[in-house]
Amino acid sequence: MAKHTLSVLVENHPGVLSRVAGLFSRRGFNIDSLAVGVTENPDISRMTIVVDGDDYTVEQVSKQLNKLIDVIKIKQLDKTDSVSRELALIKVAATTSTRSEIIQIVEIFRANIVDVSKNTLTIEISGGSSKVAALEDMLRQFGIKEIVRTGTIAIERGNKYIKANNNEEE
Amino acid sequence: MKLTGAQAIIKALELEKVDIIFGYPGAAICPFYDSLLDSAITHVLTRNEQGAAHAASGYARVTGKTGVCVATSGPGATNLITGIATAYMDSIPMVAITGQVSSELIGRDVFQEADITGATAPFCKHNYLVKDAKALPRIIKEAFHIASTGRPGPVLIDIPIDVQNKEISFAYPESIDIKGYKPTYKGHSLQIRRIADAIAKAKAPVICAGGGVINANAAEELIKLAEKLRIPVTTTLMGIGAIPADHELSLGMLGSHGVYSANYALHNADLVIIMGARVADRAIGTASKIAEKAKIVHIDIDPAEIGKNIGTSIPVVGDVKLILKELLETAVKGNADEWMESIKRIKKEHPLKHRDGEEGVAVKPQYLLSMLSDMLDRDSIITTEVGQNQIWAANHFKVKKPRTFISSGGMGTMGYGLPAAVGAKFGAPRQKVVAVCGDGSFQMSMNELGTIKQHKLGVKIIIFNNSRLGMVRELQKNRYCGRYSQVFLEDNPDFVKLVEAYGFTGERIDSDSQVRDALGRFLADDRPYLLECIVDPEEPTL
Ligand SMILES: Cc1ncc(C[n+]2csc(CCOP(=O)(O)OP(=O)(O)O)c2C)c(N)n1
Repeated sequence: MAKHTLSVLVENHPGVLSRVAGLFSRRGFNIDSLAVGVTENPDISRMTIVVDGDDYTVEQVSKQLNKLIDVIKIKQLDKTDSVSRELALIKVAATTSTRSEIIQIVEIFRANIVDVSKNTLTIEISGGSSKVAALEDMLRQFGIKEIVRTGTIAIERGNKYIKANNNEEE
Repeated sequence: MKLTGAQAIIKALELEKVDIIFGYPGAAICPFYDSLLDSAITHVLTRNEQGAAHAASGYARVTGKTGVCVATSGPGATNLITGIATAYMDSIPMVAITGQVSSELIGRDVFQEADITGATAPFCKHNYLVKDAKALPRIIKEAFHIASTGRPGPVLIDIPIDVQNKEISFAYPESIDIKGYKPTYKGHSLQIRRIADAIAKAKAPVICAGGGVINANAAEELIKLAEKLRIPVTTTLMGIGAIPADHELSLGMLGSHGVYSANYALHNADLVIIMGARVADRAIGTASKIAEKAKIVHIDIDPAEIGKNIGTSIPVVGDVKLILKELLETAVKGNADEWMESIKRIKKEHPLKHRDGEEGVAVKPQYLLSMLSDMLDRDSIITTEVGQNQIWAANHFKVKKPRTFISSGGMGTMGYGLPAAVGAKFGAPRQKVVAVCGDGSFQMSMNELGTIKQHKLGVKIIIFNNSRLGMVRELQKNRYCGRYSQVFLEDNPDFVKLVEAYGFTGERIDSDSQVRDALGRFLADDRPYLLECIVDPEEPTL
């Protein structure tokens, strides 16, 4: 099964998130991640949903989502034609002997250290999910205390926009 | 114009040309009921909120208008749920209005608080929790629009009591702008041309008509098309009435509970034209097998139905009436005379049959239903319950017109038929309305006898009494080695005495020889009448 990224414009109403989430569980679709935030228009939010499934499932997900009155527009993003990012905060154990090694790794990944304590470092990383996974992998040896991740967000490359009224291109 | 929220709801209902609502009051909906006193809208007090929802659904099916039901918060609202879900599965236009506890108390589990918008989200086309009284006119306008357009369905509006009491300046919006709701009506012309080409080439075409044909008021176009192109028509349970049962091109109902000729046609066709049907398991359980053999055309107003249960070679999204009109202009008859001959032969070789009932022991429901349809006018309405009674009625009562066969198809809700008959009778007061019930189902909604009495409704009731939950008994016989579990209703009440307590006439018969005279008495006037028919518990469904 492949991962598919859907960019979904919805009315910025209370209850929309539960309708969307409810639809996924009700119809037996698997959500890999879901990120939601308001758009440049405060009445409209954008959800980026990563779905696990075959083409039939993704088509069904899109069609069923489209039936929700609060859903304004759906576009499936092409992997090569879009940029996607996720953000993770990783709290890792750090001793005087491991601290500098961790900092080196962080630099290689162009990640940031956002909090320091006597025995932990908290690292912020953003990037495609494989980059985040790779850093996680590298840090595991030191002892990861906690990870917090956003879902993936994605945007089309170049002069394309997904707007409430129509797909625009300049 | 200054109005309270409650007055605004009533005003909006009047502007939506609602003249009847079905409901049940309670504290959280009292402001609404108070304002209702100043309106000309008829209110039908049912005996349970579920009955109100089913009655609204029966009314909607018969009239084509949006049915309206009303309940209070908490248990009133939750009692509506089965009715809402039943309407949702069958795509019936309905607006349900519920009272809710005061806005500032929501979420605190106060008396009679229930999250009804949360609970009904899976069974509603859309729902609203109204937080701001000023939004009421817009929301009600949207609700009726959403319920009745595109693929119809129920919409629920939950209105806290403080919102009902709040004063607003009322202006009803003229237009609607819902960004995420723009149903497609006109079918793609190129696709319609492709259907015409497929028909011209087909050697063995069949039409499969579903409830969408009835919802779209497209029966006339369907019949014209079938006649012009000489294509036989089978229907789903929801599509019954789309073509008269006595029409030469009608094959009857398809599916696991359908008739031989309909299923034969479906499985031997080279072109299957599905319209306004969602290819559910009971109708077309072998979708992939059929699609292997035949080219599939699927016409539906809901794009999500296309490709959901059956692979399609020619999909068309849109209003089936408009699409059929366009198709009628272009399509020409193919070369399927041989196929028609074989279909006619199959139909003759495999008629619906049944033995006679045993004198003094049992009535044959098939015999009674077939006679009943001969004795009733063509526009008479029957509603059914669920179980064997439903399938007997679907196959043996010859339905002649759309919107005259009212039955819970998708949900198979026992307790639907009697309250649906109440709604149907209000929707069509001059037509005869007969509720066909099993003894089990009847007892799920027999409280609605009170509604029938209070409103002096001439609803006719037939009970096929086999002292069993017949269809489940049959299932246990065939699939569970006859290990019967909880299907006996042997201590049934005396149904005749029961209706006599309501002041109705009741009569019990137990042989076919009594049927004709009993039906004569049953149909003689326009008063409630119950005809209890003793049926052999071993009587099979098919
Ligand atoms: C609300 C509800 N509960 C349970 C069922 C399962 N069910 C389907 S048919 C049936 C038996 C119906 O018995 P009866 O109304 O006497 O009709 P008969 O089959 O005997 O004609 C039952 C219990 C149902 N369809 N609906």
